Amino acid sequence: MIINHPLLGPRDANEFVHLGDVSMIDRPDGMDADAAAKFHDYLYLRDNPAGEYRELWYHEAGDRSWLVVTRDTLTHAISSVELARDVARTRGRSK
Amino acid sequence: MSNNFRIDVKKSAGLIDRTQPMTFKFNSKTMHGFQGDTLASAMLANGERLVARSFKYHRPRGIFSAGSEEPNALVQLRTGAYQEPNTRATTAELFDGLTATSQNHRGPLGFDIMSATDLLSPFLGAGFYYKTFMWPAAFWEKLYEPIIRASAGLGSLSMLEDPDKYDKGFLHCDLLIAGAGPSGLSAALAAGRSGARVIIADEDFVLGGRLNAENHTIAGMSGHDWAQQTLAELAAMDNVRILPRTTIFGAYDHGIYGALERKTDHLPHAGDKPRQVLWRIYSKHALICAGATERSIAFANNDRPGIMLAGAVRAYANRWGVATGKQVAIFTNNDSGWQTASELSAKGVNITAIIDPRDTAPRAHIAGATIVMGASVCNTAGRKALHRITLTNGQTLNADCLGVSGGWSPNVHLTCHQRGRPVWNDDIAGFVPGGDLPVGQTIAGAANGDMTLGAALSAGHKAANGIVKELGFTNSRAQVAKADDETFAIKQFWHVTGHKQRAWIDLQNDVTTKDVKQSQAEGFKSVEHLKRYTTLGMATDQGKTSNVLGLAVMAEATGKTIPETGTTIFRPPYNPVAVGAFGGRERGQHFHPTRLTPSHRWADEQGAQFVEVGNWMRAQWFPKQGDKTWRDAVDREVIQTRASVGVCDVSTLGKIDIKGTDAAAFLNKMYSNPFAKVPVGRVRYGLMLREDGICYDDGTTARMSENHFVMTTTTANAVLVYRNMEFARQCLFPDMDVHLISTTDQWAQFAVAGPNARAVMAKIVDKVDMSNDGFPFMACADVTVCGGTPGRLFRISFSGEIAYEVAVPARYGDALIREIMDAGAEFDITPYGTEALGVMRVEKGHVTGAELDGRITAFNVNMNGMVSVKKDSIGATLSRREMMVAENQVRLVGVKPVDKSDTLSAGAHFIAPDTAPTTQNDLGWISSVCYSPHFEQHIGLGFLKGGHKRHGEIIRAWDGVRGTDVDVEIVSPHMYDPEGGLQRG
Repeated sequence: MIINHPLLGPRDANEFVHLGDVSMIDRPDGMDADAAAKFHDYLYLRDNPAGEYRELWYHEAGDRSWLVVTRDTLTHAISSVELARDVARTRGRSK
Repeated sequence: MSNNFRIDVKKSAGLIDRTQPMTFKFNSKTMHGFQGDTLASAMLANGERLVARSFKYHRPRGIFSAGSEEPNALVQLRTGAYQEPNTRATTAELFDGLTATSQNHRGPLGFDIMSATDLLSPFLGAGFYYKTFMWPAAFWEKLYEPIIRASAGLGSLSMLEDPDKYDKGFLHCDLLIAGAGPSGLSAALAAGRSGARVIIADEDFVLGGRLNAENHTIAGMSGHDWAQQTLAELAAMDNVRILPRTTIFGAYDHGIYGALERKTDHLPHAGDKPRQVLWRIYSKHALICAGATERSIAFANNDRPGIMLAGAVRAYANRWGVATGKQVAIFTNNDSGWQTASELSAKGVNITAIIDPRDTAPRAHIAGATIVMGASVCNTAGRKALHRITLTNGQTLNADCLGVSGGWSPNVHLTCHQRGRPVWNDDIAGFVPGGDLPVGQTIAGAANGDMTLGAALSAGHKAANGIVKELGFTNSRAQVAKADDETFAIKQFWHVTGHKQRAWIDLQNDVTTKDVKQSQAEGFKSVEHLKRYTTLGMATDQGKTSNVLGLAVMAEATGKTIPETGTTIFRPPYNPVAVGAFGGRERGQHFHPTRLTPSHRWADEQGAQFVEVGNWMRAQWFPKQGDKTWRDAVDREVIQTRASVGVCDVSTLGKIDIKGTDAAAFLNKMYSNPFAKVPVGRVRYGLMLREDGICYDDGTTARMSENHFVMTTTTANAVLVYRNMEFARQCLFPDMDVHLISTTDQWAQFAVAGPNARAVMAKIVDKVDMSNDGFPFMACADVTVCGGTPGRLFRISFSGEIAYEVAVPARYGDALIREIMDAGAEFDITPYGTEALGVMRVEKGHVTGAELDGRITAFNVNMNGMVSVKKDSIGATLSRREMMVAENQVRLVGVKPVDKSDTLSAGAHFIAPDTAPTTQNDLGWISSVCYSPHFEQHIGLGFLKGGHKRHGEIIRAWDGVRGTDVDVEIVSPHMYDPEGGLQRG
């Protein structure tokens, strides 16, 4: 596979490490009253779609950017690649 | 020379160089061939008919095809460590001195004692393993499998290390063309002329595909000459790369293709060159011009040596000047068989008969040939080679070669590698690609069902022009080369019925029409089941000549059409690829990189024994003259360190530099214990959890200044911890002002430990008050050493002694270890390795990877108090789940044998006295053991249910693997200096 890195252009998938669902960004706050239930869902519940999937990849043998790659799990077609930091901010994360 | 079957040079010069004779050996027989021969063409020229025994029935087999689809003629090539099994004689290029041996027989090839298997064939039909060898189950491993393995099968391995070299490489292009036949060459010409970067690859050593095997005319010259002229034009283009002897074996994601180039297989010796190169080709677009493969017709005893594909008979005559027989008969359901008859007859080869099941007028008049229309060959005779054929009209004819053509199957393999499903085309009686090709792939020529020459040439030309235009190049105005279309007419005719004998479909796996019908009768009707039940289409040829025939017979048996029956699809590789090619240079020592510590050269000079720790080589112990065992060295290192001073290279620990105004806040998230208020100039031990609450890693982190921390991780987790921290930094806390960089390789770090460590370090470190008040336990500072070399000093202790870790830029590591040894000489300083390090940490009760093994929580190691409830950190919430902190959970304990002379073993289970060693009675396990020179006995660390409350109890350590059962006392894990007074001193 080839991942079109937003900063570095097309790079071979060999350079990357795969993590999984983009929802890993949405980590609950451990100080919340119902944190245990939220963490359970965060850690153990995943969608496994046949089709478009947003997932985290890490450019470990490159610039060490975490990326959000939108990939069709049926065809491996990649429709977008974003910096995970930008995605995290749009999903409300800050400090 | 004994080339009795070579056609006179005036009648068929072929593409061989008769001025370059070559000698080769098949079994013990010495034979001759010419430059340009394959092993198969040379053997046929020498009249060698019987070349192999079949897989299951050990039937005599001859050469069947003239290409990589060959099911029969598999031989072992070369000898000794260079021996390669299952090589197709039809693709092996002849070289002077080549040695080949036949496979799968006991005794000589002509008298294989295993051929008795053939008489047992009624018992060996489809699925016979599944039925016969079912019981008793115990017989399988000891009896059945060894017998089956010895009697069925292909070649054998030399069992020696492969002495050849293999390389890997990367290529990039606008257009990759797979196949250099008429459509491929025509496409390459069009694309090359447009200026696009083109790679054209073909598995043959003479490019041109069927143009080299046929008598075609293109643009007023012979097909072979046109191919050579085209290749010369392509070779002159800087933007075109021609890869002969290269098989495109797989179509992968995003336009990446796998290719195997055979660099030196055609030479007697590879010399220092790589034997094969595995290319990864990145293409913007790929055009598959893989041609088509001829298939057979099933009739009784259709597997004898001398029965071969009609197109192969033609190829041997045209390309290699070889007559495959003295009396050649042709059995064909299409016009291409007639082509063989006409061309061989014109070269003076005796054509005895043409049998065509079509009820039409004969396609040609062949002098001296019996022509029978509307009939079939229904049986053959000849024990080790064909002698006679019998026709359905009762006629019997002598023949030593029978060319069979059941039609041509387009080579759609590469279109299937991403689950593309071919569709049936009735006009050509073959499967052609469906619409679902891999992205960026186009197919043209015979592989796409353009079965005639003119059509193939223009399909390639048109496809290439379309592709390069799409890629932004301007098409050349050159026209496609002109050629006529030969006739192509076929009747779908698969097998001759009305007999009870075996009629082969898949020669390589000995699958007959009976097996297919039996598979249907027993309910294995889908093509996927058919394949698995009968083994149709498996092994090295992957059914290139048999798949379509097999499913046509299945369709007939089920009363369905071929499109209703469907087809199996293909996976990579198109042809077998040696494992060595996938390994490339990454074998032996080069399987992974070797990392050496900064003191490696020095340690090597001391005669250190090294141990692999991941990629690192670490000193394990430092032997001295007089040591009887490794333990002598380890005990000495421990005793001397505890009595005076020792030094150990700890550079392999992961080091992460953390800077930023939010660095402390960030660490507070990473570690479960508080880090926000660590004072500048102090080090703190930190525990890292996974988000599910399991312990992940531990280490010390030093606050060098307000916004600068230096973290250490365990050696094993250096990469993973850094990855997780980058995840947290970028994905969880994107606005924190914090930056990370791994500096593991940048710093050499040494632990100096023991009562005299302070005195030694005072001589090494410049201008630092080394008193206990001036530089107390857990202090850290940026310092200089040895008169001005920048460094870092940490007062941390893994051994339990007064200890320092001193770090300098890696390039000074070698110098620093020598300086430390000099400074310590007056204290009889000892270097110590990983074993002594391990002994001291067990004595002290420190955990490592043996304890933090991915199942252990902070609670299990009695460190749950470190998981702060006042802040949110990774893993903290889920570490408090009810069952993870339940009373009956295992807890870290120390363990000592009651009898001091007993030994302990890691992996032993804790069992209460007087209970059976069962899973129900299991109380925990021992994770680490060592001989402690301090306690003069074995000691260990382990996990025991409720262990923190059981210090002083006597239980058993039972080890069923090693057969030991030892009474042990449970003690505190902190066995050496439990109060920690020494390290603070």
